Amino acid sequence: MAGTRGYVNRRLHSLLGVVPIGIFLIQHLTVNFFATRGPEAFNSAAHFMESLPYRYVLEIFIIFLPLLFHSIYGVYIAFTAKSNLKTFGYFRNWMFMLQRFTGIITLIFIAWHVWETRIAIGFGWAELNYQLMEGILTDPFFFWFYIVGVISTTFHFSNGLWSFFVSWGITVSPRSQQIMTYVSIAVFVAISYVGVRTLIQFAYGS
Amino acid sequence: MSEDKTITFIVTRQDDPESQPFEETFEIPYRKNMNVISALMEIRRNPVNAEGKATTPVYWDMGCLEEVCGACSMVINGSPRQSCTALVDQLEQPIRLAPMTTFPVNRDLAVDRSRMFDSLKKVKAWVPIDGTHDLGPGPKMPESKRQWAYELSKCMTCGVCLEACPNVNSKSDFIGPAPLSQVRLFNSHPTGSMNKSERLQTIMDEEGLMGCGNAQNCVESCPKGIPLTTSIAALNRDTAIESFKSFFGSDQRV
Ligand code: HEM
Ligand code: SF4
Ligand code: FES
Repeated sequence: MAGTRGYVNRRLHSLLGVVPIGIFLIQHLTVNFFATRGPEAFNSAAHFMESLPYRYVLEIFIIFLPLLFHSIYGVYIAFTAKSNLKTFGYFRNWMFMLQRFTGIITLIFIAWHVWETRIAIGFGWAELNYQLMEGILTDPFFFWFYIVGVISTTFHFSNGLWSFFVSWGITVSPRSQQIMTYVSIAVFVAISYVGVRTLIQFAYGS
Repeated sequence: MSEDKTITFIVTRQDDPESQPFEETFEIPYRKNMNVISALMEIRRNPVNAEGKATTPVYWDMGCLEEVCGACSMVINGSPRQSCTALVDQLEQPIRLAPMTTFPVNRDLAVDRSRMFDSLKKVKAWVPIDGTHDLGPGPKMPESKRQWAYELSKCMTCGVCLEACPNVNSKSDFIGPAPLSQVRLFNSHPTGSMNKSERLQTIMDEEGLMGCGNAQNCVESCPKGIPLTTSIAALNRDTAIESFKSFFGSDQRV
């Protein structure tokens, strides 16, 4: 029934995926892209972000809590689905299952990534600079781990954007949904390029 | 030559709702222009399986025999559809028949679709006009709206869209696409729309609209070609507006 927790939670889950998490994702990939202009450019961009006022408030309310809610509820949603791709191998059904699958991969990736960067920095085990990421990404295993993690995240966000437009009743007609599919593919290609290009920069320095 | 031709059926059977399902193979003589139901009738006429052993006749459900009642739905060679319009000549052999998995099995191929009718009751899928006095003729409906509303009214509660949905399963209470689309149908009706808000409120939970994950198998599978995903997206819009109205207040609600 109306206003039940199920309704509000589901709406909240959908909203948080784009605002603020999706916006943060784009901001994060953009700031990191400074690495392609060299270590100094990356360091100054990263330090600017680090020196924002009331940073902990921003981190907690724009990143940590929304991500925590979206992830926990997302895992619950992911495991209530039962794949039937074998019988119904339609494009949207594939996207539906991939949305759930990439959600789980993204969760594992983000947990590890936050642990070895933000948490390590918080405890003073590491320092935020170009060398930190270079150290991680020159290891071939972690390079590929990050490639998979980043692409999983960009896919999840781009396809999520498509379903966000349906979930809020913005794209109602089949035609608008079809055009949104093309838009979401373009978004996927663009932000994947930004993410992967940055990883290559850290790993190979070019 | 053609008189000797046979068709092979592999039927998933079950004696009663509690017993274990098992498979039984049947060979029946070929006739021209058979559908799955006429083949099942042949098995009923002569209930002998492929091993030559006498068995109980296969049980199934049917009504209209012209794809408007939905009663004869079953899984035919892996896809849920109506057995009355499944033509034997167009099916790959052996033909596999199984009951739909979304509903409890009554016996053999007949399932209990009560949950769909319960959902229709829950969402008030009708126009309430009963009263103690004559209400007079209702308002007219614009022709453009009538055209799409007519498409939605073709639903025969067959259950294929529920069978196709990855979010309708034993782990979820999602009522499925069909009853949701009926909410849009009855909300589009000029008199039915008097209960619009009530219908929307009923589907604003995980059992209702929020159970949808946009896999869109339903619209691909519906034998009546009902634009189920358009209905769902339209309801997503209506419920979003409804929640603003009920939270912030509107001229209909305080
Ligand atoms: C960078 C992190 C993430 C971003 C940017 C993100 C973004 C999104 C967006 C935009 C949606 C679409 C919402 C809608 O359908 O209306 C979505 C859906 C979803 N997310 Fe995430 N998400 C992230 C992380 C996660 C994580 C860690 C999980 C955990 C498993 C997850 C699980 C899901 C699931 C299952 C859905 C599907 C919901 C549905 O279709 O009903 N997401 N996400
Ligand atoms: S919407 Fe289509 S598939 Fe679903 S019950 Fe109605 S007729 Fe069957
Ligand atoms: S018997 Fe009515 S739909 Fe097949």
